[in-house]
Formats: sequence, structure tokens, C-alpha cells
Amino acid sequence: MDMQVSFLDRLFDAGLLIETGVDGLYGRSGQFEDVIAAFERLIDKVGGADGAEAMRFPPGMNRAFFETSGYMKSFPQLAGTVHSFCGNELDHMSLLKCMEVGEEDWTKGQEATDIVLTPAACYPLYPTVARRGNLPAGGGLFDLQSYCFRHEPSKDPARQQLFRMREYVCMGTESHVTDFRQLWMDRGVEMMKSVGLDVTIDIANDPFFGRAGKMLVNNQRDQNLKFELLIPITSVAKPTACMSFNYHQDSFGLKWGLNLEDGSVAHTACVGFGLERIALALFHTHGLDVNEWPGSVRATLWG
Amino acid sequence: MNETIRELLTRVGGLPVAVTELEDGADLYAAGLSSFASVQLMLGLEEAFDIEFPDSLLNRKSFASIAAVEQTVSHILKAREAA
Repeated sequence: MDMQVSFLDRLFDAGLLIETGVDGLYGRSGQFEDVIAAFERLIDKVGGADGAEAMRFPPGMNRAFFETSGYMKSFPQLAGTVHSFCGNELDHMSLLKCMEVGEEDWTKGQEATDIVLTPAACYPLYPTVARRGNLPAGGGLFDLQSYCFRHEPSKDPARQQLFRMREYVCMGTESHVTDFRQLWMDRGVEMMKSVGLDVTIDIANDPFFGRAGKMLVNNQRDQNLKFELLIPITSVAKPTACMSFNYHQDSFGLKWGLNLEDGSVAHTACVGFGLERIALALFHTHGLDVNEWPGSVRATLWG
Repeated sequence: MNETIRELLTRVGGLPVAVTELEDGADLYAAGLSSFASVQLMLGLEEAFDIEFPDSLLNRKSFASIAAVEQTVSHILKAREAA
């Protein structure tokens, strides 16, 4: 914990992250953003020739799609909903009074809007693709990036509440999408090596909620559905997941009605880059001054 | 017990096939049991038999077939008697 606080403090002191008063909610400096932009160019270089269709959604998604996704079944503790004031002038007066007195929670009267904060960059994609009808021959490949929200305040700079996720999502047959996932596991290791980061890949699970979640965790691990690429940032014993490789079987295909050209249910897989985590791994490994980073790393990122 | 399990499976399993048509040994996942439905089944079994699944039995194997569920529940009931 001390180590986490101290790395966070060092990042604040160096001006790379900017404190906001909320754990896990930070501003980023130009330098920090430059590292993320450089790493995203590296992703483009490695994945660009695959011809993925790029889509960019804002960090909020349609609440109806969020509800269909089943996110609340598995991760209610992480979700963030957007609420707004929807009252009349009288309600406004009581709201202001309530805020002034400060005894009651002024947010109680806020009403849910049609927007929910995006929990993962690919969530708005599935209903969007399903609306188009059957996938073309050869399936689908998509390139996404979005700020994502997860309610898990922490002093670990690698566990932020609002962070960016870059993703490739593949839709097709089982062998097609599992080959895609394997390809990116191999590419991920190579990419991290090229920027001087020591990585391991391990089987993983999502943070499913509650006791029932334990069963989902066991199911996920038994079936090798999730792998993570781990890099030591705030702890060597518990390295941080900087990429994840997920095979959803046909669960999203069934849920959203994603079908292949022949009408059979599509299997899906996604590979995600935790962009802030990768930047933090670089700063942690090579130092807070990018000018001091090894020449080979600088050449890969900015060459 | 077999009947209670089948009733629960009909109620929470969300299977596209009739539970009455499933053999005791039939693979429930192949029959369409989702991870989430298996969790619902687990919670239903806990209530019906007044038991608590230990973490070690919260896995796919425990819910792989009606026979496997029967075996798992019997195992938990027996362990409770022994305690």
C-alpha cells in the first residue's frame, strides 16, 4: 500500500497525473498523453493491416443496451449511472435550499437519464453491429477506444475510476475468434518487449459480485475464457493486468442476435489494452522523465 | 430430490428443451444452461434443501447434469450430517 501511495505521489509531484481530490479520478499531463498517443500508434502499426472497422463512442452508453448486456447481474458494484435534475422551479428552489443547508443528500431527487457510463469500450458495439443484420462472410473485426468507468476508488494509480481502453473485437466462428485471441496474445508479448516491459500472461477472471460470482469466476477459469498480460507496476507479487484477452463463446452472439452470414450464432472475442496502465508501467519501469528512457524504447514509441 | 432438481431447472434453467425430456446424465450445458442460470439453480437448491454450497463445489462440474447436481447436493447433505 505504501508503495502504491508513493508511486501515486511521485506521479503527482512530477505533474504526470493531476490530483482532483477523488481517488482514482485524475487529470493527465501533456507528457502522459503523449506516451498514450505513442503507444496507440504502436497498436495501429501492429494491428492496422488487419483492416478493423474503427468506431469511437463517447464514454456514455444507451441505458437500454446496458440493461440488456446483463452488466448489473455480474458487476453491480462497478456500474455508474448518469442522473440529472428533472424537476420544476419549485423543485429547484428546494434543491438549492437542500444544498445550502447541507443536512440532506441533495442528490436524492436526481433522476436516472437514458445514459449509463460505459463500463468497457466494446459494450456499445454489439447492439450496433446486430442492427446491421447478419455479419458478412469472414465475420467482423472492430477497433474501439473509449474512456470507461468503474466504481472502485483506490490509491493505486493503476486502478482508476475513469480510464481509457483500446479494444479490438472479433466476431466469427469459434476457431476464427480464438485464433484472433491467440494472435493478440503473441503480439501483446512482442509489443511489450519492444518497449522494454517484462510481462507474463496468466489465466484470469472478472471481478464478479458476491457468492454467486464465485461460481462465475470458477466457470470462467475452468473454461480458459480470460487471459491477462501482467506487468509489475505497484507490486511485483501482484502484477497489474495491462491487456486482457477474452473469449465470450456465443454468449454475446445469443444475447444481441449477432449472426454469421449463414445465420448461425456468432462467437466473439475481444482484446483490450489498458492505456493508462501501460503508460504507468512505462513510467514505473523507465522513470518519470521520458527523455531518460532507453533509446530503443524511445525509438519504438517516437521513432 | 430428482424431482425437486427438475422443478428448479424448469423454473430457472431457461433451457430451450423440456426438462422432462432430459436424461439424468444429459449434459446440461450442451442443453443450453448458461453460467448465470447455473447460479440461479445453485441459489434455488440452497433454498430448497436448506444447504450452503462450499466454494470448492461452486464449479461447472457440480451442475453438469441432473445426476451431477443430485450427487453434489447429496454430498453437501452428508457432510452436514457428519458435522
